[in-house]
Amino acid sequence: MITLQPRAEPSKLMGFAAPLIALVVTLLAGLVLFALLGVPVGKAFYAFFIEPVSSVYGLSELGVKAAPLIMIAVALSIGYRANVWNIGAEGQLILGGICGGAVALYFYEVEAWYVLPLMITAGMLGGMFWAAIPAFLRTRFNANEILVSLMLTYIAALLLSMLVHGPLRDPDGYNFPESRLFHAAATLPVILEGTRLHIGALVALLLAVGVWVLLSRTLLGFALKVNGSAPRAGLYAGFTQNRLIWFSLLFCGAAAGCAGLFEVAGPIGQLLPNISPGYGFTAIIVAFLGRLHPIGIIFAGLVMALSYLGGESAQISLNLPVAVTGVFQGMLLFFLLAADVLINYRIVWRAKGARV
Amino acid sequence: MSMDSNMMVMIGLTVISAATPLVFAAIGELVAEKSGVLNLGVEGMMLAGAVSGFAVAHVSGSAFLGVLAGVFAGILMALVFAFLTLSLRASQVATGLALTIFGVGLSALLGQPLIGIAYEGLPSYSIPLLANLPIVGPLLFEHNLLVYGSILLVLTVSLFLKYTRAGLVLRAVGDSPDSAHALGYPVIRVRYLATLFGGACAGLAGCYLSMAYAPMWVESMSAGRGWIALALVVFATWQPGRLLFGAYLFGGITILQLHAQAIGINVPSQLMSMLPYIATIVVLVIISRDRGRIRKNAPASIGQAFHPTK
Repeated sequence: MITLQPRAEPSKLMGFAAPLIALVVTLLAGLVLFALLGVPVGKAFYAFFIEPVSSVYGLSELGVKAAPLIMIAVALSIGYRANVWNIGAEGQLILGGICGGAVALYFYEVEAWYVLPLMITAGMLGGMFWAAIPAFLRTRFNANEILVSLMLTYIAALLLSMLVHGPLRDPDGYNFPESRLFHAAATLPVILEGTRLHIGALVALLLAVGVWVLLSRTLLGFALKVNGSAPRAGLYAGFTQNRLIWFSLLFCGAAAGCAGLFEVAGPIGQLLPNISPGYGFTAIIVAFLGRLHPIGIIFAGLVMALSYLGGESAQISLNLPVAVTGVFQGMLLFFLLAADVLINYRIVWRAKGARV
Repeated sequence: MSMDSNMMVMIGLTVISAATPLVFAAIGELVAEKSGVLNLGVEGMMLAGAVSGFAVAHVSGSAFLGVLAGVFAGILMALVFAFLTLSLRASQVATGLALTIFGVGLSALLGQPLIGIAYEGLPSYSIPLLANLPIVGPLLFEHNLLVYGSILLVLTVSLFLKYTRAGLVLRAVGDSPDSAHALGYPVIRVRYLATLFGGACAGLAGCYLSMAYAPMWVESMSAGRGWIALALVVFATWQPGRLLFGAYLFGGITILQLHAQAIGINVPSQLMSMLPYIATIVVLVIISRDRGRIRKNAPASIGQAFHPTK
């Protein structure tokens, strides 16, 4: 019989190995899934994991998809360390897109240097506003931030749909639910000619490094770290639970809002009824897969970006629904959580009935 | 029957059909939470139930087999959750989120061939004599079996928790697992059973959506109802009777959008669709602000892993 035996102290090795074990098992389970669906396994493997990254353009797309994931996951990891469960980053992203996009449309036909910075500011403020709602309701009324932030995601999606069907719709667009295309001054500079890789990728890397410094070198980082495991120790460091809730939610709102603005001002270039393939939710997995560590999150973000590209490529070459991506992402998180047990426990085989 | 009473019956019927999936999903989650298990994967389990129920009903032509398949799918999903959180002691919050992400993806994948297929819906059963009553008859006594079942289920759970020995054990496991363990009760097994019951109920909720409410399969058709069910459990302060009331209140809010245009309220449809989500936030705030009441009613060990060695 298999039993779990507690380790004297958490295994550092397993902390690193668990995500790799989870990735390998997910890969194997994915191949079994394809076999069950009657999809040629070799072809599916190639379409999913090799084809998307076998060209420069493919690699640049990896960066395009990884940028929002890394930005949001790095910010989420701050809250998760302190047991603040913001799962509404998707809604904060959408609000960022709406607010920044609205600025772009307001300054339509203004070709000035200040348009883009204004859009970024508006996007961040929009995301922060949306994140401030669960922060306020949690700190003032004790309302569960998981449910509130998630409900706000549905509301944000409906708000975006309402706006692009109404006030923000392209007046010359034959009633299609789309805004006007943003002008050059309102779109992000591309860092690799001929691709869609924009400066958001650099911002994501800088943010990861910045948060790394914040967590490892500042008192606030210490307070966030201890708040999850020993809330009272955080109090001694001068940070109350409420301040940490406000900080982690506002920080995430700003990052997610900025990521949302980068989507509409970058790869999309206008406001559409749907501006994200669930980046805000996938970022939750990225945060866990990256061990809530900024540098780990960079690698995890690239892996999950590949799952999006693989899903798209499998859709084109094998006619598989894009939903395959969600199945892979869910499985990966399952296997990761299962593998994590190895950090604190040892698996022991014991004959049935044997005495401990 | 006059025009007005016809209209009233029609509105009443839509409220009931909007409330029923919430009743199922929330009562299952209530039982799981009473045992100390917080399963955030309700949305994923509902979708798994919805797609499986619809697929089997469509292929076999039997509504009964469909519902059975939906329940089974819900249980399977809950089993994954239970194994990870109860046997491997993984975080309940993270595992629940994974279950929802997985369920949304898997149901979309499996449901791909079912899109656009029509289904006649579950048959209604009139209760003899009562169904002939004016207004009340068509409103309350001409439903499919799932609607009657949802009410019976809430009653049964309420009596079970209050008056049976097993119900007492379940509550003890949720309130103080260490004492329950010391008294010799199998904490982990009780939690397993409660979690699987929650999965079965979420599966039923999904079946109701795809086989009676819609009735068809649409990707992500639960549209946040699993999350609203989670909020309903808090709203009900873990009491089945209040939960039934809450589900019907939310059913009413959900169908406001259907009738708003009929009575001449002219606002964007998206604004009306926001109502259930806004209402969820509002009731959460109203209930949660009273910390004492939450603390008194919430299962004390909710969301925490149980270590029998300690």
